[in-house]
Amino acid sequence: MSIAAAIAETADEGPKGPPPKRRGRFIPYLLMLPGALWLGIFFLVPLVTLFLTSLQTPVAGGDVGQFEQTFNFANYPETLTDPNYYVPLFRSFLYSASATILALLIGYPLAYGIAFKAGRFRNVLLVMVIAPFFVSFILRTIAWRQILADEGPVVAVLRVIGLVGPTGGVYPSAIAVVAGLTYNFLPFMTLPIYASLERVDHRLVEAAGDLYASPWTGFRKVTLPLSMPGVVAGTLLTFIPAAGDYVNAALLGTPKNTMIGNRIEFTFLSVNDYPTAAVLSFILMASILIMVLLYVRRVGTEDLV
Amino acid sequence: MARATDVTKAQGDLYLERLTKSFGDFVAVDDLSLTVPQGSFFALLGPSGCGKTTTLRMVAGLEDPTAGRIKIGEADITELKPFRRPVNTVFQNYALFPHMDIYENVAFGLRRRGIKDVKTQVMEALELIELAQVAKRKPAQLSGGQQQRVALARAIVNRPAVLLLDEPLGALDLKLRRQMQLELKRIQTEVGLTFIHVTHDQEEAMTMADTVAVMNKGVIEQLGAPTDLYESPKTAFVANFLGQSNLFPAAVLEVDGEDIVLEDSDGRYRMPMNRVAPSVSPTRGGRVLVGVRPEKIHIERLAESDATPADGNYVDGTVRSSSFMGVSTQYEVATAGGEIISVFAQNLSARDLLSEGDPVRLTWAPRHGFVLNGSEDMNAGVEAVTAAAG
Ligand SMILES: Nc1ncnc2c1ncn2[C@@H]1O[C@H](COP(=O)(O)OP(=O)(O)OP(=O)(O)O)[C@@H](O)[C@H]1O
Ligand SMILES: [Mg+2]
Repeated sequence: MSIAAAIAETADEGPKGPPPKRRGRFIPYLLMLPGALWLGIFFLVPLVTLFLTSLQTPVAGGDVGQFEQTFNFANYPETLTDPNYYVPLFRSFLYSASATILALLIGYPLAYGIAFKAGRFRNVLLVMVIAPFFVSFILRTIAWRQILADEGPVVAVLRVIGLVGPTGGVYPSAIAVVAGLTYNFLPFMTLPIYASLERVDHRLVEAAGDLYASPWTGFRKVTLPLSMPGVVAGTLLTFIPAAGDYVNAALLGTPKNTMIGNRIEFTFLSVNDYPTAAVLSFILMASILIMVLLYVRRVGTEDLV
Repeated sequence: MARATDVTKAQGDLYLERLTKSFGDFVAVDDLSLTVPQGSFFALLGPSGCGKTTTLRMVAGLEDPTAGRIKIGEADITELKPFRRPVNTVFQNYALFPHMDIYENVAFGLRRRGIKDVKTQVMEALELIELAQVAKRKPAQLSGGQQQRVALARAIVNRPAVLLLDEPLGALDLKLRRQMQLELKRIQTEVGLTFIHVTHDQEEAMTMADTVAVMNKGVIEQLGAPTDLYESPKTAFVANFLGQSNLFPAAVLEVDGEDIVLEDSDGRYRMPMNRVAPSVSPTRGGRVLVGVRPEKIHIERLAESDATPADGNYVDGTVRSSSFMGVSTQYEVATAGGEIISVFAQNLSARDLLSEGDPVRLTWAPRHGFVLNGSEDMNAGVEAVTAAAG
């Protein structure tokens, strides 16, 4: 099962429609054709190429970056046991998971407020959630250097309340990287949650209140479970790209905060060790896939309609 | 938890005192006062949009009244949050929780109150609505009528002081509807809950309720026992909305002892004063509406009864149309004065059927008529019935 299918499965909560009529049997496939072609050319082919690359070995006595096609599966265990690689990999998941949790903690109340409390300001607020996309990803991330700079307002406040020392700062650091990730992926968390909250029938919440549920209990028992498809979609849309991200670590972190994305970039472009870089890419992909499947199985199936 | 205060366990009659609800400029419920005795079956009957749901929502606490108080017994619950009120609602749109199975839906209220033997009570409630076999299904897997019964069980299982039912049987077929009506009535008498039952269906209101309130445009037009309401409507709206009525304008001639004497172009009518609505001022020349139910009128061929009837009111006319309806025949009779009066005649023998153009005499007993204020719209409530039925 692909990730897309997993998301689609959890997001699908409506009653199943009637089975399609015989005559229109091929239409769905026809409609899928452009997408399938696109995926075939731009995803499947590079994937196969990448996989072949990951099995190459250096040409004996050749230049840097000269490899020949072999089927050297030993590349995988070799790379996996090298702390230069597994530490950034682990760090990626740590940062990405932290950012996902933070984005959920910020994004859920935000989406809830927009969906239920914003009244006529709803659309304005939605536009504001998306507004950062009008500025380039890189620029936005660089802006966080200013925000978190030692002379900046955030550090000033943190120094006053004593969370950092009088000369301490937060940029560059792991905290800055996680903050950047959280900020950059917040809309991907907020929008799916908003979409599923907006569909929650307010009358159900009223019914819960009528049946002795306090507003908080009503939220826990009715609103939250009904918005779970949005939570699942939002966490996946945040966690997956954040785990592979290297811009935030590059711009907001120190060399000690490198994530697997930075490693892959460095190995590919600076070391020109294509097989190792390819191996890392595959390991990243596989571990994300496994985690997502475990997550979707756990969270996705319970409490959903 | 602190919710077991006295107010939440309130018992006693339900009082609505001068309750008003406005949405912007629109007044949905207008200065409504009524008392529902504890343990009674109270039906709220009225056309679509007259404010029935809004009234129930205020009692449930889901809508804040613009003005007025709501009390159960001594306890004022006007400011109480919905979840603290000893009130449950069967919602017009069911509002079942789609992510819970039927069992959990019904158990919801019990669990919130920390009741111990949830399982027995839930299963009992499900037996009652004959849906125990679908306890594990989700609401989306039930038919509309089944969902409605689940909504009923989900509320009844809590045995609230006041149960609000917003057209709880609307989606059921006639047979199931009759069956559930009996069940509801049985539960209500057995458990002694106060039921406020909103319905479009006047037959349902009249067969089930101890008291029926007819509501129109945010106010209660009349309230009373079903037979009182039917036999002595006080407004044209009630006369037309509850069953059918013939209403025609007349003028007061005199008050003669216990009787009032009225006159129109077709003749004179005499009725006891206790058949006159309070809003009528029985002064000479005062304009009134004379009302009589179609089934109370006796119809005869004119040739057979030339003598003026000594006792009773009568009008002469000609049959304009007749429609045979099995147990009875409905005639439309045009009077000389230009009124159209409809008559339901029991089909005693097929030979007696009258046909179009026959001259007839209509008679009815004085105590079967009623007198309403002449300034009312004769057709009030007629459209409402058609709309509600459609
Ligand atoms: N939230 C609201 N905002 C504005 N108007 C409302 C609102 N709720 C109800 N109304 C209006 O108040 C009036 C009464 O509505 P209500 O739902 O009480 O009618 P009802 O008697 O229950 O009708 P029905 O038999 O069709 O259910 C209607 O005209 C409706 O349009
Ligand atoms: Mg209603």
